[in-house]
Amino acid sequence: MSVKVSMNVNGEAVSAEVPERTLLVSFLRETLNMTGTHVGCDTAQCGACTIHLNGRAIKSCNILAMQAEGGNVTTIEGLAKADGTLHPMQEAFRQNHGLQCGFCTPGMVMSAVDLVKNTPNPTEEQIRELMDGNICRCTGYHNIVKAIAAGATSMAANP
Amino acid sequence: MTKFAIGQTVHRLEDPTLLQGKGCYTDDLRPQGAAHAFVLRSPHAHVLIRGIDTTAARKAPGVIAVLTGADAKADDLGTMPCIVPVKNHDGTPRGETPRPVLALDRARHVGDPVALVVAETYHAARDAAELIEVDYEPLPAVADVYGAAQPGAPLVWPEIKQNIVADLHLGSKEAADAAFARAAHISKIELVQNRLVANPMEPRAAFAEYDPETDRSTLHTSSQSVALLRAHIGDIVLKIGDKLRVRSGNVGGAFGMKAMMHPEQPMIVWASRRLKRAVRWTGDRSEGFLTDVQGRDHKVFAELALDKDGKFLAVRATVYAGMGAYLSQFAPMIPQSVHSMMPSVYAFEAAHLHLIETVTNTVPVDAYRGAGRPEGIYVTERLIDIAARELKIAPDELRRRNFIKPSQFPYTTAAGLVYDSGDFEGLQAKALKEADWAGFPARKAASEARGKLRGIGLTMYVERCGGAAPPDSVALKVNKDRVLVLPGTVDNGQGHMTVLKQMVSEYLGVDMEKIDVSQGDSDANPFGLTGGSRFAVVTGTAAGIAAKEVVDKGMEQAAKMLEAAAADIEYGDGDYKVKGTDRKATLFDVASAAGGIEALHIKNTGALTFPNGCHIVEVEIDPQTGVTRLDRYTIVDDFGRALNPMLLLGQVHGGTVQGIGQALLEHAVYDNESAQLLTGSFMDYAMPRADDVPSFHTTFHHTPCTTNPLGVKGAGEAGSVGAPPAIINAIVDVLHAKKGIKHIDMPATREKVWRALNG
Repeated sequence: MSVKVSMNVNGEAVSAEVPERTLLVSFLRETLNMTGTHVGCDTAQCGACTIHLNGRAIKSCNILAMQAEGGNVTTIEGLAKADGTLHPMQEAFRQNHGLQCGFCTPGMVMSAVDLVKNTPNPTEEQIRELMDGNICRCTGYHNIVKAIAAGATSMAANP
Repeated sequence: MTKFAIGQTVHRLEDPTLLQGKGCYTDDLRPQGAAHAFVLRSPHAHVLIRGIDTTAARKAPGVIAVLTGADAKADDLGTMPCIVPVKNHDGTPRGETPRPVLALDRARHVGDPVALVVAETYHAARDAAELIEVDYEPLPAVADVYGAAQPGAPLVWPEIKQNIVADLHLGSKEAADAAFARAAHISKIELVQNRLVANPMEPRAAFAEYDPETDRSTLHTSSQSVALLRAHIGDIVLKIGDKLRVRSGNVGGAFGMKAMMHPEQPMIVWASRRLKRAVRWTGDRSEGFLTDVQGRDHKVFAELALDKDGKFLAVRATVYAGMGAYLSQFAPMIPQSVHSMMPSVYAFEAAHLHLIETVTNTVPVDAYRGAGRPEGIYVTERLIDIAARELKIAPDELRRRNFIKPSQFPYTTAAGLVYDSGDFEGLQAKALKEADWAGFPARKAASEARGKLRGIGLTMYVERCGGAAPPDSVALKVNKDRVLVLPGTVDNGQGHMTVLKQMVSEYLGVDMEKIDVSQGDSDANPFGLTGGSRFAVVTGTAAGIAAKEVVDKGMEQAAKMLEAAAADIEYGDGDYKVKGTDRKATLFDVASAAGGIEALHIKNTGALTFPNGCHIVEVEIDPQTGVTRLDRYTIVDDFGRALNPMLLLGQVHGGTVQGIGQALLEHAVYDNESAQLLTGSFMDYAMPRADDVPSFHTTFHHTPCTTNPLGVKGAGEAGSVGAPPAIINAIVDVLHAKKGIKHIDMPATREKVWRALNG
């Protein structure tokens, strides 16, 4: 059975007919061809598919596309400015070598932005605890934690 | 010298793309009209396949084809190769485990591919797979690496007696026995080297295109070597030779696992050629757990012989190494490194390994980050701590008494490796200072005042990187304004593009902005492999030789342009200059006039490098819960020379956390009756997460490597070698003090630690 799904993705209205069982992440990747959001597991553990729905970070593999009906979605593609200037959190990851293979990175950055929004001045311990829903196999987290702390400072300076 | 020369921290050029979600991993390719594939897998660990009825599946909506092992056999597909020959100690060759791309009459592990469904959509393929009727006759199965070799164990291969696929001795048994016979003290250990799952965050994927005009196929796949895959799939399995081109784009982590050909890669190319249509397949994480080659899986019995002064005489071990159900590409070679690594950084008279490789009804095992090095170092470094305790010598002092000394290089170890450089005593001293080893008792008392137990663990490590096979290639092409670098290696996240640009920038004296790097195309990069921490050593050296060749090739043209004899021209900072004058021509001017300059270097130096270092970690254990917190993690490494310190430390952090995962969290657990994998998802298999690990205190103690012109030593695997013994040594420091416990096996989970303390 197909269903029509409409939502706003990175500021643009989108609409498509998809099978009811389509996950939001598949809607983004397969229907909209927006491949920046990644799939790293099938049990909602790794967080590579993290996006923002109505201002809140969620795992887009763990929700049906039709559950996001009428919602506002922000993906990694919608984070930098239109002129290509990186979001302060993206820039902090770059400056601190907070990524290696880059596969978990979109989810990491989306989670990190949400973390700082809710916890503006996070301690190292808070960052580690709050990022426990995003798995990285390359970096050992050391530089991710540094990047998020730096990103928090720079987000505060550039609201 | 150019702005971003070797040795400087240069931020990665790869990052802006990846940070905006603009990378292109295999599953991001969106070919028009590609069909989707789904693989039906055996739910049983060991079964006879009596028949496969695909009638209903073929008629399902959207289905294009359903293929089985019988189809593959009819098309004369070859089996998946293991390329490592092994001679048993009795002179016979190792056992053979011919593996078809799709199971024929028998499946040997849960997840073994049984049928391939190709359909218009992913869901159509997956739904149709449920309609395939397979007549399975279950057989007894075995999962335990040691149990498999005992009489009466179920046989994975009727042809392989007692499941022992190889049985060999490495090093002189006689020399080791003689040393043990005159030992004043012998320390012993029995241990498990836990089986691990590589789990790069990007699952394996394959996408094949077919061009009817040329009859060529292109396989896009996440890999560590387009060259090896091209050869193995094209020449051995599909027998189409150069009609196959293999490409890798962004690779989302690999860790050894993606160096190996997996059945889906030839399977998807084969299906695409049969259907004359593009076919795509992406594994999900559950399939990854059931099919990605795994790591480690040893049962070890080992002994260390010392004289009356605590001088090491010999180390010997009997190791049962699990190969899984089939011998993967490099599998039988990996545990042989246990022998070459056992002498570690110490002067031994002898080292002997009896290696028994067994097959079990489990996923094949092959190289995983470290690939034999962590397994070997762990044996010796655990034995040293046990000996230190038994002899009442401090662990740092016992190591100090036995280090190979700087004056002894080049030093031939008891395992026959020739170490070129190192300063082990100096390095350990630096680590003890950086870790404030002397301040430990005070911190221990402070922990105890809070009801916590504190232990400290030390390990040295050395590993072996670089080496002769397979050859790596670097091609350089210079035109009127750009330099193109084509390495045979494939970046998996290390930052090769940035470092290659730094190196070529220095070699040619050309700005990084004018250099391009193109990788991952078997048509353009015919030789090379990312693996064994070889990039800096092998590719870096090859790029240097190719650069020199470029300069030499341009000399004649430069002489013509500058109206001078070639002997009077020198090259530097990107210019050919007439000595003693201001007459010069840029490399680009010369290349332009010459119609381009190209050089290809495809040999490598063949020389090994021996990165080494020291990990010191303190653990704080909560005796109420068994929770083991890592604190004050200090790492000192000798990598010869840093090409890009920031990226180098990234490798150290990542490797160390994979080692922490092995020590505390990760374990691929199989039920020994059914051989079902009990840890088949991230909900059961504990990957290290941000709150499981600490930040690291890192520093270097470089001694330049003498076997390559860059002076570098490999660094990719170092952390995974150092972390496990350091952490277990620290935990046993606590367990021995409280309970007299001599050893705890990895992973030292909270439950295991709690039971040890409260048992």
